[in-house]
Amino acid sequence: MSPLKIKKGASSHSAYDLRDPHAEAIERHTLAVVVDNEAGVLARVIGLFSGRGYNIESLTVAETDHTGHVSRITIVTSGTPSVIEQIKAQLGRIVPVHEVHDLTVEGPSVERELGLFKVAGTGDKRVEALRLADIFRVNVVDSTLESFVFEITGTPEKIDAFAELMRPLGLQEVARTGVAALSRGDGAH
Amino acid sequence: MSKTQMTGAKMVVQALKDQGVEVIFGYPGGAVLPIYDEIFQQNQIRHVLVRHEQGAVHAAEGYARSTGKPGVALVTSGPGATNAVTGLTDALMDSIPIVVLTGQVPTFMIGNDAFQEADTVGITRPCTKHNWLVKETDELSNTIHQAFHVATKGRPGPVLVDIPKDVQFASGKYTAPKAARVSHYQPPVKGDIETITALVEAMETAKRPLFYTGGGVINSGPAASTLLRELVEATGFPITSTLMGLGAYPANGEKWLGMLGMHGLYEANLAMHDCDLMINIGARFDDRITGRVQDFSPGSVKAHVDIDPSSINKVIRVELPIIGDVGHVLEDMLRIWKSRGRKTNGEAVKKWWAQIEKWRKVDCLAFKQEGNVIKPQYALSRLEALTKDHPSRYICTEVGQHQMWAAQYLGFNEPNRWMTSGGLGTMGYGFPASVGVQMAHPDALVINVAGEASWLMNMQEMGTAVQYRLPVKQFILNNERLGMVRQWQELLHGERYSESWSSALPDFVKLAEAFGAKGILCSDPADLDDAIMEMLNHDGPVIFDCLVTKHENCYPMIPSGEPHNKMLLGEVSTKDAIGAKGAVMV
Ligand SMILES: Cc1cc2nc3c(=O)[nH]c(=O)nc-3n(C[C@H](O)[C@H](O)[C@H](O)COP(=O)(O)OP(=O)(O)OC[C@H]3O[C@@H](n4cnc5c(N)ncnc54)[C@H](O)[C@@H]3O)c2cc1C
Ligand SMILES: Cc1ncc(C[n+]2csc(CCOP(=O)(O)OP(=O)(O)O)c2C)c(N)n1
Repeated sequence: MSPLKIKKGASSHSAYDLRDPHAEAIERHTLAVVVDNEAGVLARVIGLFSGRGYNIESLTVAETDHTGHVSRITIVTSGTPSVIEQIKAQLGRIVPVHEVHDLTVEGPSVERELGLFKVAGTGDKRVEALRLADIFRVNVVDSTLESFVFEITGTPEKIDAFAELMRPLGLQEVARTGVAALSRGDGAH
Repeated sequence: MSKTQMTGAKMVVQALKDQGVEVIFGYPGGAVLPIYDEIFQQNQIRHVLVRHEQGAVHAAEGYARSTGKPGVALVTSGPGATNAVTGLTDALMDSIPIVVLTGQVPTFMIGNDAFQEADTVGITRPCTKHNWLVKETDELSNTIHQAFHVATKGRPGPVLVDIPKDVQFASGKYTAPKAARVSHYQPPVKGDIETITALVEAMETAKRPLFYTGGGVINSGPAASTLLRELVEATGFPITSTLMGLGAYPANGEKWLGMLGMHGLYEANLAMHDCDLMINIGARFDDRITGRVQDFSPGSVKAHVDIDPSSINKVIRVELPIIGDVGHVLEDMLRIWKSRGRKTNGEAVKKWWAQIEKWRKVDCLAFKQEGNVIKPQYALSRLEALTKDHPSRYICTEVGQHQMWAAQYLGFNEPNRWMTSGGLGTMGYGFPASVGVQMAHPDALVINVAGEASWLMNMQEMGTAVQYRLPVKQFILNNERLGMVRQWQELLHGERYSESWSSALPDFVKLAEAFGAKGILCSDPADLDDAIMEMLNHDGPVIFDCLVTKHENCYPMIPSGEPHNKMLLGEVSTKDAIGAKGAVMV
């Protein structure tokens, strides 16, 4: 036994999430990054991910406070727990970054994405597409006699599921916004 | 409000003055002419004309590292800016605070592939801590003040401000530093008291404790070194340091084990491997230190004090992470340790020292100076003997074997006296750095320990040294080889010395004379002391061409990818010592 009172590998004194460092399990995390809306800030964030070999699954960015010149970048990324920890620490070092929140571990959160789907077809396929759209509570934002543009909002999984259904029904084009996310309940982050 | 109207160019000079800048290193060009015109019309700030922009940035680094103040460089757009990239990257890797100002084509021409246009903020984004393109003259002074703030606060680093020429010509409002917008960038300096207390508790019971200190102690300022010395003396724990931390604890101190790592001392590395409590203060678990990560100090509980959260748990998981400034955390550690009764596990620590003494007996730096060729280790031992009592000796190095020998055979008793390129390993760093150091300390003895190959990379700075009468001593250990590369080829690539020769070398004595400086050639061990004294007594720049053994290897050496206890010492057979897995590492 070590004469020290601290067990090797103990995490009780850690300011960090110290799950098993050797766990190779890849986790998916949604990060909310609050930044100064200044020139080049998005390039800094993206450059960090490419320069250090991290994954970006989805990324959205828009100004959220016009007077304060503050933008919110929502990033969905994946990696082992230690990689995720590094990503957060590295994001935190970027000078115009104010806050980094890991919505995946900081309590319950909601995630939404918007997708636009162009589906072309006639006859049964067209009817079926419209019927499924209805089930998914999808809006029709454009239609011709031979095509629809559907607007769907939901979790990325829901949008994936809808895409799968539309594929055999004449899916022509998809545009997705990427994820926007907020923590649930009272309190900002 | 302390705001006055002036041109952007004037603002640059005013902002530098208000930031307390005394010296800038630079090179003019079209896109910075208005700023140079302002420099011409004042006497407060000295401008040093380097001979290559890379030299300007390394000189600024040398200035910064030897003073603790930010260094400043000024270069033109396009090629001036791209020449600064190596220096910026070097400063980023070694956490050196510098402010680089670049000229840019006028705002209305940006994006047009204008003459000498380069996307400077784009190119330098990954090699600066932060950078700015200033598009409004009204924003210029504020941005420069912010730049100094960011360069020096938290983990120090290089910043760059890109200033289009029209912004320099236009008039705007000058903002004084006090009135400048405060940056939200305010990294916390106080460590978590609960964790610090847990560390103190661990120190009270540890049987085999060890301080492992690094560049962060130097970055934190001289007060941090004083506190470190107090803590080490009071606890009686052994201490080792990285290449970047040399001098924070004195090399003549009793608890000093010497440098650790790939070319570190036997006793320091074995102590790292066998300790039960590792107290990392301002070091970053670099791969030159850890060797094979899985086998790194397997039995120890580890504490890590670092101001940058991303340094913690990046390479090595630690049980006691403390985010904060070294000086502040050491102060708390000392206070808490004293208030709890200054306890250590005295009996066990004594045994630990007995073990360390055994390792010390191996005398891993021993060498024999035989024959009539100077051994590089001997050259440095003599340099040490003849200069160690100088009241203000500053040493710079280039990169290679000579750099490691300098770290091993020269002793540093004060912080900020040792300037070397650690993280990036930039050949060509040392000479311009010595120019920067000498500008900051005109009366000091400034020596650049160099390899001939590295030295040639920025030898144009001889012009600068002569022009400004900087008595920098270029102490070249000339083995006519890219020695460090040759050593790896010997150990790793079957002695196939591919392109690792320094052929067609200049006659360094004539070269010195061609620049109007003094050259000294020394090849006989018997002449060495006199030759060194001649160098020291000459009031002016000297190139000292010291011809040394051509195929000397630098030991100890932990081959890449091996654990600490697999160290190679000089005499053993070292061929094929590096396995296939280690061979892919650098
Ligand atoms: C040929 C060659 C061989 C080398 N061999 C060796 C070797 O054998 N041994 C060796 O040690 N090195 C060696 N190096 C150097 C090595 O590559 C690294 O540069 C060095 O080990 C890093 O030193 P460091 O850990 O002290 O970190 P630094 O790069 O000095 O980083 C400092 C750390 O302190 C933190 N910090 C900064 N300011 C503060 C503050 N105020 N408070 C708290 N923390 C702060 C930073 O965030 C950072 O994590 C070699 C280099 C070359 C070129
Ligand atoms: C700019 C740059 N290019 C290449 C290298 C790779 N490199 C490391 S050490 C070295 C040889 C240095 O030779 P020299 O300066 O003569 O020093 P020695 O090792 O012989 O003491 C080389 C080429 C480097 N570190 N920096």
